[in-house]
Amino acid sequence: MILDGKAPTGQVDTSWDRYREDMKLVNPSNKRKYKIIVVGSGLAGGAGAASLGELGYNVDCFCYQDSPRRAHSIGAQGGINAAKNYPSDGDSIYRLFYDTVKGGDFRSREADVWRLAQVSNNIIDQCVAQGVPFARDYAGYLDNRSFGGAQVSRTFYARGQTGQQLLLGAYSALSRQIKNKTVTMHPRTEMLDLVVVDGVAKGITVRNLMTGEIESHWADAVVLATGGYVNVFYLSTNAMGSSVTAIWKAVKKGAYMANPCYTQIHPTCIPVHGEHQSKLTLMSESLRNDGRIWVPKKAEDCDKHPSEVPEEGRDYYLERKYPSYGNLAPRDISSRSAKEACDDNRGVGPGKRGVYLDFEAAINRVGKKTIEDRYGNLFDMYEKITDENGYERPMRIYPAPHYNMGGLWVDYECQSNIPGLFVLGEANFSVHGANRLGASALMQGLADGYFVIPYTIAPYLASIKNPGEIKEDHAEFKKSVEDVEAQTNKLLSINGKKTVSELHKELGNIMWENVGMARSKESLTNALKLIPELRDEFWNNVKVTGEGKELNQQLENAGRVADFLEFAEMMAEDALNREESCGGHFRVEHQTDEGEAMRDDENFSYVAAWEFKGVGKKPELHKEPLKFERVHLAVRSYK
Amino acid sequence: MNLFKSTVGRKILMAVTGLCLVGFISVHLLGNLSVFAGPDGINAYAEHLHSLGPLVWIFRLIMLGLFAVHITFGVQLYLENKAATPDNYAVQKTLVTTFSAKTMVFTGLIVLAFLLYHLLHFTVQITNPDISAHNIALDAANRLDVFTMVTASFQNAFIAGIYIVAMIALLLHLMHGISSWVQTFGWSSGPSQDKVTAIGKIVAIVYGLAYIAIPLLLLARIVK
Amino acid sequence: MDLTLHVWRQKGPQDKGKLETYQAKDVSPDMSFLEMLDEVNDGLIKSGKDPIAFDHDCREGICGMCSQVINGRPHGKQEKTTVCQLHMRQYNDGDEIFIEPWRAKAFPVQKDLIVDRSALDVIMQAGGYVSCHTGGVDDANAMLIPKPIADYAMDAAECIGCGACIAACPNSSAMLFTGAKVAQLAALPQGKPEAKKRVKAMTEALLEEGFGNCTNHYECEAACPKGISVKFIAKLNREYLKSLLPSSTGV
Ligand SMILES: Cc1cc2nc3c(=O)[nH]c(=O)nc-3n(C[C@H](O)[C@H](O)[C@H](O)COP(=O)(O)OP(=O)(O)OC[C@H]3O[C@@H](n4cnc5c(N)ncnc54)[C@H](O)[C@@H]3O)c2cc1C
Ligand code: HEM
Ligand code: SF4
Ligand code: FES
Repeated sequence: MILDGKAPTGQVDTSWDRYREDMKLVNPSNKRKYKIIVVGSGLAGGAGAASLGELGYNVDCFCYQDSPRRAHSIGAQGGINAAKNYPSDGDSIYRLFYDTVKGGDFRSREADVWRLAQVSNNIIDQCVAQGVPFARDYAGYLDNRSFGGAQVSRTFYARGQTGQQLLLGAYSALSRQIKNKTVTMHPRTEMLDLVVVDGVAKGITVRNLMTGEIESHWADAVVLATGGYVNVFYLSTNAMGSSVTAIWKAVKKGAYMANPCYTQIHPTCIPVHGEHQSKLTLMSESLRNDGRIWVPKKAEDCDKHPSEVPEEGRDYYLERKYPSYGNLAPRDISSRSAKEACDDNRGVGPGKRGVYLDFEAAINRVGKKTIEDRYGNLFDMYEKITDENGYERPMRIYPAPHYNMGGLWVDYECQSNIPGLFVLGEANFSVHGANRLGASALMQGLADGYFVIPYTIAPYLASIKNPGEIKEDHAEFKKSVEDVEAQTNKLLSINGKKTVSELHKELGNIMWENVGMARSKESLTNALKLIPELRDEFWNNVKVTGEGKELNQQLENAGRVADFLEFAEMMAEDALNREESCGGHFRVEHQTDEGEAMRDDENFSYVAAWEFKGVGKKPELHKEPLKFERVHLAVRSYK
Repeated sequence: MNLFKSTVGRKILMAVTGLCLVGFISVHLLGNLSVFAGPDGINAYAEHLHSLGPLVWIFRLIMLGLFAVHITFGVQLYLENKAATPDNYAVQKTLVTTFSAKTMVFTGLIVLAFLLYHLLHFTVQITNPDISAHNIALDAANRLDVFTMVTASFQNAFIAGIYIVAMIALLLHLMHGISSWVQTFGWSSGPSQDKVTAIGKIVAIVYGLAYIAIPLLLLARIVK
Repeated sequence: MDLTLHVWRQKGPQDKGKLETYQAKDVSPDMSFLEMLDEVNDGLIKSGKDPIAFDHDCREGICGMCSQVINGRPHGKQEKTTVCQLHMRQYNDGDEIFIEPWRAKAFPVQKDLIVDRSALDVIMQAGGYVSCHTGGVDDANAMLIPKPIADYAMDAAECIGCGACIAACPNSSAMLFTGAKVAQLAALPQGKPEAKKRVKAMTEALLEEGFGNCTNHYECEAACPKGISVKFIAKLNREYLKSLLPSSTGV
């Protein structure tokens, strides 16, 4: 099937304005008749729930943590982009739009990206009004820093905790609505099914993580803002509870999964140090503003103390290969270069999977104090984890799974192919194409939550004749609860030999080795063989102790891993289908002589939206062709 | 209204009354130290006080009010705080708080108990009638001989002991109280916290030592 | 290294709970404290026992989910470090480690080391926000905020809402948590119009939720993984005092 993203036709620059002028509205006094479920309380969900509640809708918001303030958006460090052009360095809505489309390797929908760039400025205003303490100069003006993939300074930041501050802003808006009783918050509640009645999303089934009770909630529209799925690699920079579960359940109910193979491997993370490791820690990309990345030129220098490697013995490979962007080359490119260096036996540190991030030059230039002011918390964190002092010897970093550009397919209104199901933030696929630029995810989350969904949900709601017509007593809700209970009981009854985390680790290994930074037909075929085997083992050999009707963290994890095991197959399938290299998706068969990614616009300038056909069955591919009118397709070069 | 219920409001009342009480003990200390100037010092001071007439009673009422507020809220907050904290940790550890901070209500109650005794002893003068100023001869200037009463009292080890213990309790109370007061009024801001605490302790020790000096020096017959 | 753990086990909110002893063998110094517990749990699961339940999510010291009192100190012995960032190189072979949940009446234990901290959300709902609408606000540079003020607000805003301050407080008071938010918003021009209302509402909520009163022990500051200063409690007190002054709206 050919999908239609329903982007407004005509000039891209005015598409969002025209959309808002033409859209159907819901009368203010009717708004409280509509009930909306928002799953997720991160930047996208939190901002969305608060804004919808403020408009007067009846909102129920869900998250699995004990408080909405703990959604994983809290972990974002570096900053958020906006086209304010405060430093007057040539930025504009067009340039932010262009950088994002180009950064995404021309695999995103133009109109969606334009809208994002356009509302980016409102986001900064909004956050400042909420009391977000962005960095400022002595005169009181907002400060900016640079991020990868851009030649302007457009990143707003709050020390190394921008995500935290933005989320706390959204959380404060949400708290205000909870107080006003327009939003009912359900923390420690995990969505385990989407309820679809006659092809329309009408509610969700959840498990109360405190009591184990399984219950349903009806709504006139369901909004998913459940974040990222890169924990499919087991080790990633995501939170331990981040999972594909919510969107995967939607996929199993008919929603299409778009571009699942577009995952981002972040170049600056602390390298893996042992078997027992449960998570990888990101060191903000902002470090690349001042840090220089290098490895020894000769393999035999790799075991030396870095200070003993003379200047001429060092290969500052990013500066060498990409002189105009240097250490600020986009993430996919930086990550791949690090991998190449290590594959070339020039990696450093234990296990030899690491490259240096060196601040010596910066410290000599601006002084240790300044570096400390800029990144002190990151240096502290590095030392806590590695026991090494980053001021005295270069940090060691290595790429790690970080973000997914893929997600549920949505149209311009953020509505999936299931009517009534809307998807926001990292959980949808919409704006980042095949690669996301730094500081753009926070921008997207807040854009979707504050400035997009409050508009785009209205036409759908206005089209509902009898709000609240279908409630929990409908047969589909009962069936959904039974299904969820059946899965829970199944997991508890297997009583095998392996723990959930052991199986998750094995899945991670398969994915990292075969569907990671460099993919080939061979590796992907291998993954497609290994994943179903592991899934079988999981369903025969997993051991989950305890009971269903109690707080049971093993059971929670088991459910998440069970979903990853199904989803992983679709991800590999998508990667195998995409016979080109673009952004975060690198197929070794498709590269230039210099090892750069080679896109195939002729055959792959489309969004791959996959329809689930049953566990173990090949999913069906639907395509949404991508048209580029405002930008010219070009080879992405950062040289 | 809010003031008497609010967590901060009541603390502020504690601090205001606490501060007034510090004011009182300052004046009282200056008066008491006149004992070191011999009979002419303290007897003249006592005479002067009595000559104030109704003012003394107004002053006493104010003091009663201050104590009532300070003690009521002190005990109330203490009870609320007990109720808010459940069983102890198996390993109980504190890092920066002090003995004096942890024992505020107890040192306060010791001071209260002492106060009652003190009033019975020197004001109502019924604990030791044999040496009370009402019962002994007037001094050379025809004044009540407070000096003799005080020295005779403190030459008694038991009475001096009570005073010394109570003054140690007061010292401990002020060790925390004075800097705590600065914080409660919101006057400490930032790294100066340590300095405020240190100054508070020094001031408390000055008060404490000065107060203890009176019974101690008299007991040790260093001052006669 | 090998360690002896004494861990608080409690089946549910009604259960009495008690300390149980476990051996953690071959612990690597590079592990985080939670990874050490993961390993212990894997062992428990394999022997058919209920693993130790504990809260955690980001494991990078920012979400505020992890919450354990280790040998009497919330978040363990390393200064300004959450449990998830605490690494085993801080311990030595043969150490005995006591692991307990946050204890405060306002934080009822749910299971093992997991407590209910929703009282903190209630305090925020009482007034921890600026009542601005989505959209229709001024340009971000319209009100200038000099760097020292922005920095002051940021120092306060770094609170991760973990509740260690309450767990450490001999009175189970939530003044550091509350003070941090009151101070952040009171310092910024955007937060000033509601400052009076906010400080009253938030401190009222604090008592209603069953937290104790601050008596300036400063244990909170010592336990706080983010180094939130008690100067923000002083600021809260100041704001409260200001709120008592007659209205200065001029009308
Ligand atoms: C370490 C790190 C650093 C980053 N730094 C930056 C940066 O500097 N700049 C930038 O732009 N981006 C950054 N990102 C990316 C960015 O933070 C995320 O993409 C973005 O915050 C995602 O927001 P979200 O609202 O979509 O999802 P999240 O914030 O992840 O929220 C997901 C929500 O969904 C809920 N949820 C999930 N599943 C379920 C379920 N089944 N049932 C109920 N609730 C569920 C969760 O409880 C949570 O509330 C970073 C990401 C990481 C991991
Ligand atoms: C001369 C007598 C007293 C003086 C000078 C005095 C002084 C003070 C001061 C300055 C404070 C600090 C207030 C603050 O924290 O802001 C304080 C606190 C306190 N006082 Fe007193 N006080 C006296 C008597 C008493 C008595 C009789 C009690 C009896 C219960 C008492 C109980 C308390 C308590 C419980 C506190 C704790 C307040 C806190 O730490 O928050 N005090 N006192
Ligand atoms: S003030 Fe510190 S200890 Fe208290 S909740 Fe905030 S971060 Fe945790
Ligand atoms: S797990 Fe998030 S702060 Fe420790």
